[in-house]
Amino acid sequence: MSLQLNTTQKIGAALLLALVAYALGAPLFKDGDSISQNLSAIMSAPGGQFWFGTDHFGRDMWLRLADALRLSLMMAALCVLTAATIGVTAGVLAATQGGWVDRLLDGVVTILLALPGLVLVLIFAAIVPGSFWMLYVAISLIQWIEYFRVSRAITQRMITSPAVQSSRLMGFGGWYLFKRHYWPAIAPQLLTLAAFGAANAILMMASLGFVYVGIQPPLAELGLMIVEHFPYYSDAPWLLVLPLSVLALMVLSCHLLGRRTQDQGEAA
Amino acid sequence: MKQLLAKRFLQLIAVSWGVGTLTFLLMRALPGDMAYRIAASRYGMDAVDSRAAELVRAELGLDGSAWSAYWQWFVDLLSWNLGNSLVSGQPVAQELFHMLGHSLLLAVVGILLAALIAIPLGLASAYYGGWLDRTLLALSTALRAVPVFVIGLLAIILFALELSLLPVAGFGTLAHLVLPALTLALSLAAVSNRVVHTEARRVFNAPFFEFARTKGLRPWFAFRHHGMRNIAVPVVAFFGIQLITVVEGVVMIESLFSWPGIGHGLAHAIFARDIPVIQGAALMMGMLFVVLNTLVDVVCHYLDPRGGKLA
Repeated sequence: MSLQLNTTQKIGAALLLALVAYALGAPLFKDGDSISQNLSAIMSAPGGQFWFGTDHFGRDMWLRLADALRLSLMMAALCVLTAATIGVTAGVLAATQGGWVDRLLDGVVTILLALPGLVLVLIFAAIVPGSFWMLYVAISLIQWIEYFRVSRAITQRMITSPAVQSSRLMGFGGWYLFKRHYWPAIAPQLLTLAAFGAANAILMMASLGFVYVGIQPPLAELGLMIVEHFPYYSDAPWLLVLPLSVLALMVLSCHLLGRRTQDQGEAA
Repeated sequence: MKQLLAKRFLQLIAVSWGVGTLTFLLMRALPGDMAYRIAASRYGMDAVDSRAAELVRAELGLDGSAWSAYWQWFVDLLSWNLGNSLVSGQPVAQELFHMLGHSLLLAVVGILLAALIAIPLGLASAYYGGWLDRTLLALSTALRAVPVFVIGLLAIILFALELSLLPVAGFGTLAHLVLPALTLALSLAAVSNRVVHTEARRVFNAPFFEFARTKGLRPWFAFRHHGMRNIAVPVVAFFGIQLITVVEGVVMIESLFSWPGIGHGLAHAIFARDIPVIQGAALMMGMLFVVLNTLVDVVCHYLDPRGGKLA
């Protein structure tokens, strides 16, 4: 699978790489940790000892922001990987097996689709409040559907094609068919799906943090930081601006990365 | 058409059962002792002791088996009896309908506002192009990159705190409706104005439209007779996809602005572990979602009676 990125996508990729570099590299440049409070230096402005200032408990924003970013990126990566693996597998299975496998999966998808994703995630989050893994399960549970539908549709179209027919006549097995015929057709679609899926996972986690049922304090999470810092916006605007802009940049980079051509991306 | 409605009806039933069972299972799996949590939300955290919890347990029959609870719930559902809220003691169905009214008000006003923003802007940017188009593209991209609650927060900061024009949160007067509805409208319009733009461009460049113009029809007339309906079909169909954004947006916006709707109620019920309310709210959202999707199908069918890909 050769990746041909257009300019928009290259900008998105560069932005994403920069964010990843900051998330992973930030702690290397700075001693200390993101949860120790320093009440004699609360809400100090950016610059000097604290490059991004400190929050209302005097915690170093440079480190907290990197922590939150790492958490969001990890969630996005895990959800995309899980959802894509399950979705593509199930989609190809449903298309090739047909019969009750197809009907069963279709039924599951119908039920899952009837509930807006956020509501489902809210209910899951209610079971174990503040659990990263519960959110991961819930978000993946919603996101595999997209991959399932796309790969099922593509595989169904491929099955009747002369190429697949003749491969089957020659006696090639299921794995060969997948590797040689289905996967090359599905793979180009995955980048777009993955990019938008990652953006959604990040937004969803932030939304949950914002209504206080996501990741719990003192862990740094972008949505949580936004709601925690909101009361101080006039005294310490950077406290609100930093997590907001990091969140927006992260989602923007994913959206840019997923935009194949100008027109296709808009309709999606 | 009949086939479509029958299919949607089956989906509605499957969905009610599936969603209900799912929430039921998930809620049974919650950690901790339900009786204590419910007692805490009734009498306050400090007033809870084991005696209060026992009273709650006996009153609500919380020590029964999971199967009997499930069966009971199922029978009640068939008779549209969603039970009483464990916290307030009010019937859930009644509470939900009360909240639903507020949510629908917010959603309808938000959607209308979004249409008022998105349709003229999308059409204008497709017609004139140039800097208007580029500005709108940049604005839409920026708005899409932030979650809906951030739009709400920025609106609060700007209109309520800095300009002091509108109330921050709450409910009651018309002024309270403006910011939540505007937030919802902006998050919807950010995407839909681009869809209107793309579809309008497609129609404006289509041979039939160019022919209508070359045979001498005035622009407005050509647009009304040859453009409007052709643009409307994909836009309405896209609205079906956007319904998810509407529901999710309503949940977030209600929590942010303390709007007494169903999303706000759901978030509170999750904190208080008010299982009947959680079930009822999730159920109602699922059913509403299917009904609205059916409506979108019907409208598409009406706009383009040639059939094609229904359902």
